[in-house]
Amino acid sequence: MEQWKGFKTGVWTKEVNVRDFILKNFTPYTGDESFLEGPTKATTKLWGQVMELSKKEREAGGVLDADTKVVSTITSHGPGYLDKELEQIVGFQTDKPFKRSLMPFGGIRMAKNALESYGYELDPEIEHIFTDWRKTHNQGVFDAYTPEMRAARHAGVITGLPDAYGRGRIIGDYRRVALYGVDFLMKEKQREFNYIGDRTMTDDVIREREEYSEQYRALKELKQMALSYGYDISQPAKNAKEAIQWLYFGYLAAIKEQNGAAMSLGRTSTFLDIYIERDLRNGSLTEKEAQELVDHFVMKLRLVKFARTPEYNELYSGDPTWVTESIGGMALDGRPLVTKNSFRFLNTLDNLGPAPEPNLTILWSTKLPEGFKQYAAKMSIKSSAIQYENDDMMREIYGDDYGIACCVSAMRIGKQMQFFGARVNIAKALLYAINGGIDERYKTQVGPAYQPITSEYLDYNEVMQKYDNMLDWLCELYVNTLNVIHYMHDKYSYERLEMALHDREILRTMACGIAGLSVAADSLSAIKYAKVKTIRDENGLVVDYQIEGDYPKYGNNDDRVDEIAVNLVKEIMNKIRKHKTYRGAVPTQSVLTITSNVVYGKKTGATPDGREAGKPFAPGANPMHGRDSKGALASLTSVAKLPYESSLDGISNTFTITPKALGREDETQVKNVVALLDGYMTKRGHHLNVNVLNRDTLLDAMDHPELYPQLTIRVSGYAVNFIKLTREQQIDVINRTFHESITAAEPAKEPVKELAGAH
Amino acid sequence: MDGNIHSIETFGTVDGPGIRYVVFTQGCLLRCQFCHNADTWEIGTGKQMSVAEIIEDLSSYLPFIEASGGGITVTGGEPLLQIPFLIELFKECKKLGIHTTIDSSGGCFSHSKLFIQQIEELLHYTDLILLDLKHINRKKHIQLTGMANDHILEFAKFLSDRNLPIWVRHVLVPTVTDDPDDLKQLGEFIGSLHNVDKIEILPYHKLGVYKWETLGYDYPLNHVEPPTEEQVKFAEHLLTAHWVKPVGH
Repeated sequence: MEQWKGFKTGVWTKEVNVRDFILKNFTPYTGDESFLEGPTKATTKLWGQVMELSKKEREAGGVLDADTKVVSTITSHGPGYLDKELEQIVGFQTDKPFKRSLMPFGGIRMAKNALESYGYELDPEIEHIFTDWRKTHNQGVFDAYTPEMRAARHAGVITGLPDAYGRGRIIGDYRRVALYGVDFLMKEKQREFNYIGDRTMTDDVIREREEYSEQYRALKELKQMALSYGYDISQPAKNAKEAIQWLYFGYLAAIKEQNGAAMSLGRTSTFLDIYIERDLRNGSLTEKEAQELVDHFVMKLRLVKFARTPEYNELYSGDPTWVTESIGGMALDGRPLVTKNSFRFLNTLDNLGPAPEPNLTILWSTKLPEGFKQYAAKMSIKSSAIQYENDDMMREIYGDDYGIACCVSAMRIGKQMQFFGARVNIAKALLYAINGGIDERYKTQVGPAYQPITSEYLDYNEVMQKYDNMLDWLCELYVNTLNVIHYMHDKYSYERLEMALHDREILRTMACGIAGLSVAADSLSAIKYAKVKTIRDENGLVVDYQIEGDYPKYGNNDDRVDEIAVNLVKEIMNKIRKHKTYRGAVPTQSVLTITSNVVYGKKTGATPDGREAGKPFAPGANPMHGRDSKGALASLTSVAKLPYESSLDGISNTFTITPKALGREDETQVKNVVALLDGYMTKRGHHLNVNVLNRDTLLDAMDHPELYPQLTIRVSGYAVNFIKLTREQQIDVINRTFHESITAAEPAKEPVKELAGAH
Repeated sequence: MDGNIHSIETFGTVDGPGIRYVVFTQGCLLRCQFCHNADTWEIGTGKQMSVAEIIEDLSSYLPFIEASGGGITVTGGEPLLQIPFLIELFKECKKLGIHTTIDSSGGCFSHSKLFIQQIEELLHYTDLILLDLKHINRKKHIQLTGMANDHILEFAKFLSDRNLPIWVRHVLVPTVTDDPDDLKQLGEFIGSLHNVDKIEILPYHKLGVYKWETLGYDYPLNHVEPPTEEQVKFAEHLLTAHWVKPVGH
């Protein structure tokens, strides 16, 4: 085929096999960043325009423009541009940038609330259609929920569920659009369609045949959408610019139809490098132009926007979209999958300035080329915008063509998807165990009415036994709740375009999760190693705790408590595994909260570790703020003990350190970040957000947001524009542990209290 | 064997090469006015920690330490007040191939036979010494630290004679340790040593002031502000004027 000229052939030419194409054709790069180019005039001008619009959006209260009448589909809108003459890569979700689309299929109420909270009014006709005629995912779920599920959801012991918004965390293999062109993909789908089912029409066969028809139609619409921008993508891309454009069209079609919490991109940079290398070789592209293409692509990824409700923003603060791009990693044959394009993607943090999206994720192996390691570390120190995940560990399980969805969820690209399950609050579950299933805030029976603990002092063995029973109940209810959600999501809001870019045989995982791990572990440690006295209200309900004596705290590399955390992770995974899952999904678990650690804390009463009622949890798998007192390595080592095998959907750790604490000279700082990552990965830590920041910068940004339009900070699995966080979230971030330069013992930082004007 | 330990910091990046496991020992003879660890002065208190305990803890950080070319640094307080403990500790470290560093003022150095015997054994297991030269002027040294600097300078020569690598560190305190004549003289002294791998100017900071307050001491340098970048550069120029970096360290 003409478009494949210059590529080494292989099985990829006969069947859809992007990995084979990459391995046969990519050029590993082991040098440093000296080849990189700065922004072109066009790039600088376009980005200036974006910053101007961002400012306007901020001033308008968070949303600049929104559709109230046009329901977003792949083909719903005509083309939209920033500046048609200057943009190398084109395409927006609606007919203009910064205009949020209307997506009612997940739930009409959510769409309506989102509009209203920003001062827009949903068209009554649309509301009528999606209320009375066209059922949504949200309505389907609530039609099937049991009272028990509703109560658990209301109390917040199961929470963040994707039952009113898109589930996301599905990565279409958007590279296929570029490599094969849409016609080839449609032909493949047509061919496979004929194999689905024998003559017997079971539920499964019917569903799959319907889904395949939807996928086929979505591909057809994708072509139509591209045509509106003047591109015929029925055939493979023939150069780098087209490859990026085709790939982006695939992704754009997905985000026009789905407002999933996380709409991740996959692993595209090294794939695209093959096209860039070919163009550089044949002289049709310069390095400057190559960087411009990447800059413009990334600019588009930074402008992905969805209309969200205030409640959603409370959970996932700062308008995140998780356009996660996975960079680097090693090939199974031992070659690094690092190319010049891996550098170019990171270089956008310089050319366009730091930003939270795309969610740049380095698949870190201790064997990565030194030049790349150092460049990544350098950009981390500069921007605090990069996260790292353990390729040495994930490669063993997922091979070498996986990507990260959302924050920490690894999946084989085009071969695996997950049913996103948010998380259960295991700190609250501990309180239920103590109080016999009565919610400590609502004072109502939410869990089963088991015998509560009646003694004045908590006994470790008694608490553990009751906790075990309560977790049994919780895990069963949790998995079943997820089954309802995903049944309905498939039925009413199926991701037809994303799934069209998958193989037929898919591994599905049921991605369960937990929040409050450090609170639960420290609480159990306090009960075991100190004396914890219960304080009861007039009805005998335990509402507070008094600790007598000291106890080992998670985050100090102390096995006495770290083992408790490890066992919780293992036990909960085993409990989840007991239950039947929708579509035979393989159950997994994550220890990840995103920014919802604040909301979960708010919904949870006082805990036996001494945490006051309503106070935030630590994010993800982090130790509680300020309790990790033996320095950064002790803290990292505690988290690295959590077993990835029992938490295959990821273990998130957010690490914040001041520049000074990394060393005196710039070079030393870079070297130490590299060593921190090598060490953490060697110890089988899974994920690390690296922030290099001073607390004072953040405090200043709270008071003068206009001076910090691009200040980026990693929170838990994603990065945010600091000034877009709610005040409450900002305070939480500032109160987290900052590893600072050492003096024998650091002064305990006065926690920042609620400031005037919050909420 | 047990040591009197003030605390442990697992991620030290400024006390020796690479990532350092830093042991703060308890007890010091000096009373430096700029000390940021005044809580480590008192001798004989702190937490009793055994060599085995420290080695076990340290071992769990080996991947970080190895990846960074780091090691262990014992500081304080004054580590050399607990030499037998250090010998045991460093012996074990060497079995694990860990780079060992002592951060000392050398204030307790003496030519007594016992001391020399002990320190020679310790140096056998020591890769690097961070030597704090606080003031070259004897009188001002007494003023600043409460003790004369004779032993300290002798210790520097002793180490130079044995060709044990050192990093010289000098805390630059405006109006107290930044007199150009003193710095010049200190530079000459450094030039007379043959074992100086690095010269570090540590700009005075106020991070430790709160400890003085907590301990109920009056902080004598309240009126002093940290030096400017130019002041640091100038001092660096004077201190390195006669310095010849040894080859092969």
